[in-house]
Amino acid sequence: MATSTRQADALVDFDAVLASYDPALGLEVHVELNTNTKMFCGCPAVFGGEPNTQVCPTCLGLPGAMPVVNRKAVESAIRIGLALNCDIAEWCRFARKNYFYPDMPKNFQTSQYDEPIAFDGWMDVEVGGETVRVEIERAHMEEDTGKSLHVGGATGRIHGADYSLVDYNRAGIPLIEIVTRPIVGAGAKAPEIARAYVAQLRDLIVALAVSEARMDQGNLRADVNLSLAPKGSGVLGTRTETKNVNSFRSVERAVRYEMQRHAAILDGGGSILQETRHWHEDTGVTTSGREKSDADDYRYFPEPDLVPVAPSRDWVDELRGTLPENPTVKRTRLQAEWGFTDLEMRDTVGAGAFGLVEETVAAGCAPQAARKWWLTELARRANESGVDIADLGVSPATVAEVQALVEAGTINDKLARQVFDGLLAGEGTPAEIVAARGLEMVSDEGALGAAVDKAIADNPDVAQKIRDGKVAAAGALIGAVMKEMRGQADAGRVRELVLERLG
Amino acid sequence: MDAILRSTAAEMVAALADGTTTSVALTQAHLDRIAEVDGAVHAFLHVDAEGALAQAAAADERRASGATASPLDGVPIAVKDVLATEGLPTTCGSKILEGWVPPYDATVVARLRAAGLPILGKTNMDEFAMGSSTEHSAYGPTHNPWDLDRIPGGSGGGSAAAVASFEAPLALGTDTGGSIRQPGAVTGTVGVKPTYGGVSRYGLVALANSLDQVGPVTRTVLDSALLHEVIGGHDPRDSTSADVPLPDLVGAARQGADGDLSGVRVGVISELSGDGWQPGVMARFQESVDLMVSMGAEVVEVSCPTFVHALATYYLILPAEASSNLAKFDAMRYGLRVLPEGIDSPSAEEVMRATRDAGFGDEVKRRIILGTYALSSGYYDAYYGQAQKVRTLISRDFDAAFEKADVLLSPTAPTTAFKLGEKLDDPLAMYLNDLATIPANLAGVPGISVPSGLADEDGLPAGLQVLAPALADDRVYRVGAALEAALLDRWGGPLLDKAPVLEGPR
Repeated sequence: MATSTRQADALVDFDAVLASYDPALGLEVHVELNTNTKMFCGCPAVFGGEPNTQVCPTCLGLPGAMPVVNRKAVESAIRIGLALNCDIAEWCRFARKNYFYPDMPKNFQTSQYDEPIAFDGWMDVEVGGETVRVEIERAHMEEDTGKSLHVGGATGRIHGADYSLVDYNRAGIPLIEIVTRPIVGAGAKAPEIARAYVAQLRDLIVALAVSEARMDQGNLRADVNLSLAPKGSGVLGTRTETKNVNSFRSVERAVRYEMQRHAAILDGGGSILQETRHWHEDTGVTTSGREKSDADDYRYFPEPDLVPVAPSRDWVDELRGTLPENPTVKRTRLQAEWGFTDLEMRDTVGAGAFGLVEETVAAGCAPQAARKWWLTELARRANESGVDIADLGVSPATVAEVQALVEAGTINDKLARQVFDGLLAGEGTPAEIVAARGLEMVSDEGALGAAVDKAIADNPDVAQKIRDGKVAAAGALIGAVMKEMRGQADAGRVRELVLERLG
Repeated sequence: MDAILRSTAAEMVAALADGTTTSVALTQAHLDRIAEVDGAVHAFLHVDAEGALAQAAAADERRASGATASPLDGVPIAVKDVLATEGLPTTCGSKILEGWVPPYDATVVARLRAAGLPILGKTNMDEFAMGSSTEHSAYGPTHNPWDLDRIPGGSGGGSAAAVASFEAPLALGTDTGGSIRQPGAVTGTVGVKPTYGGVSRYGLVALANSLDQVGPVTRTVLDSALLHEVIGGHDPRDSTSADVPLPDLVGAARQGADGDLSGVRVGVISELSGDGWQPGVMARFQESVDLMVSMGAEVVEVSCPTFVHALATYYLILPAEASSNLAKFDAMRYGLRVLPEGIDSPSAEEVMRATRDAGFGDEVKRRIILGTYALSSGYYDAYYGQAQKVRTLISRDFDAAFEKADVLLSPTAPTTAFKLGEKLDDPLAMYLNDLATIPANLAGVPGISVPSGLADEDGLPAGLQVLAPALADDRVYRVGAALEAALLDRWGGPLLDKAPVLEGPR
């Protein structure tokens, strides 16, 4: 493929985009449910597994096989809908979306078309201390497709491949697609709103416990729709749909990139091609996928092998009772419990660390300590390696373990940083890393006392100042002792020992 | 021909019970008959002698130990090739599925096996059940045992001809617009389309999911009731299957055979007669109605004005659903795979195209094109959407008619069997065969076709159809059995006794 020789897209400076255009944003998020079985058959809905082992006549689309709706998937869909403040349909049907593709066993996808299970909802999204209401058009149920693996060729894409293999294990896994209405008037905040929406939606899905919600594993997949319109025109421009956006950070970057790319085309007098585009995490660009036009005709019609889904109001009310606390309400409550200032809370949420801090506190960590680790050490490292903080590979429970070691006096904050280095290098649990790296602080009073005595002897001038009452000078001696102990001493205890001897 | 072959399934059960015969002997006799005459009839696409005899031996063992799996335990059966049979080829009469052996049983097939019916083989049909003559089979037509130059009806001509030629006492068919009832009419046999949802469709390779129904193909009404009770009832694998108990069908058939129809209101549908209806068929129909009156039935004339739109409605809904159902035949996972000529390393899409081009026959292609068109954006409302509305009107016509009558009557098909090839180039003429049977599919109501006699013009069998409200399948058995009993009295024996004797090379 021509990826390497592809000409770079012309881009307009971000501020210049906003001077001339209003962005309109739309997000389609697919959530893979964590039901035990698939959407329409009894096969296990598991991630991975030997190719084509989690299959049966129904999800393989064998002639004669028929679908049966997974009640648990309907339940999850209703709970998601309710959590997004949607109306729940009293009666809705599945439809067939007809198109040919080798990873689709029946060459139609069983989905919902004009009768979604949930519709007309909203979610309040926090962006930079402001609340933005994102309107939800619909949340509907559908089945996932199989997965094609293109072998040979340079790009791993279908073009140029020698042959392709298809794994149908994923075919029929239940998905919920959540579609927003166009978000207009966001201006410069469009990229942040997109990110915050997806991040908060993920929080919600996690709180509902209806999906693993791992973006890196494709449990949560975001498609970003973006268009620009001349500033103040109030119309909607031609949109592109960017797929394959697999992290919160990428959502923000993809929106920003498409805004800049659209503006360059429009500035040059061109028009936007309505198409699907692919996001490339490594290079931070989008490339053209399939041209999407009105010529796409999926010939939707109601699935005749299924009866309508008609959730009783009693059931819907019962499910309403199972909803977790609204994340916004929860945030206010936890801020009070944790004693965070508004600024601390905003930084925590802004860094995408709210849920992580919450889980860390739940694992027994002091709130301020949890905030400190996530927002300093771990946020910095995530930033350095360009991944999302949640995808860093350090779990809240582990952070709580590190803090427990600090509080037990086994290590101090400075040594804790080395423990985080070890964690990111995959050296084991915090305790194992402390042992393997020999980070445990010296608690041997004899060794500590000897080091203090040596520092006093080596620095008679400083020692005299302290004796004369200049306690602030103790810092120099403490520093000397810490250096002698290679940092593995409790600085507070060292200070006590110095003052005991010179006080 | 072995005398037992001419018995009804109910008589075969009695013979098994009193030890006059065994399931192995019965099954072998049918296999011998198939070997003798099927070269001429071509009812079967696949015969499973070994499997059938093994099942028969198991049935005999059960009976010897004092147990039976069902009232039909040990009676062999033929299965239409549109039903998935584990370990037995299932082609749907199409080249595109040549050699495909399903890894699973359709629910009705699993129920046959559980009930102890040895499966003789798979019967011929129009490709994917599209047709009224079995001439659209990719494996050659089936011949009508009454006249080998004539069609046996369709799409289930294979099942009907197998039963009519004594190659099998029982068969399964499927009825989407008349594919059980119309072959029954033109071969002088009995066929039942149960209430939609009354018999599981799981494992039935769908033609049109909202119309298809599996049902019995037999020589007597009682045999159909016995078979219906084996295959019917709720199936959790078919979401459209009704979760209600079956009515007492065998009881209704026995009651009907007593010949008393007093208090039963029979409605004659005025739209299903007139021009284009063969006089001999109409004459046998009228005689049958008169017989019912003599048994105490009250006759009322009912009008179902929207029935005149049934054919057009059907030919929008069926192709729409079929065009989507048949998309799965793409050479990727099973069945035929054709590599396009002149392309070095073809893409998946090119292989799909070449396979579908080579694997589907003309009638299938015709309906895929019709259905694709009817569902297309911009046409959906005018065609598919409109057809659904008319479908609702047809159901309302039935509702109104069943206010006035307990059952409705019409000739099953407008004519007797036509000559092979006669209507092959005229699809519309072919479609008209199903004029009377299609409304029941659109509304989901049950229907039975019973032989009404031979038309005077050609001496070929004609059929009468009895329709009842949804879930009241027992009514069609009661009325069908009453008519059958009265006609048998009049004829002095089964209609099939008047069929020419088929003898093939030994």
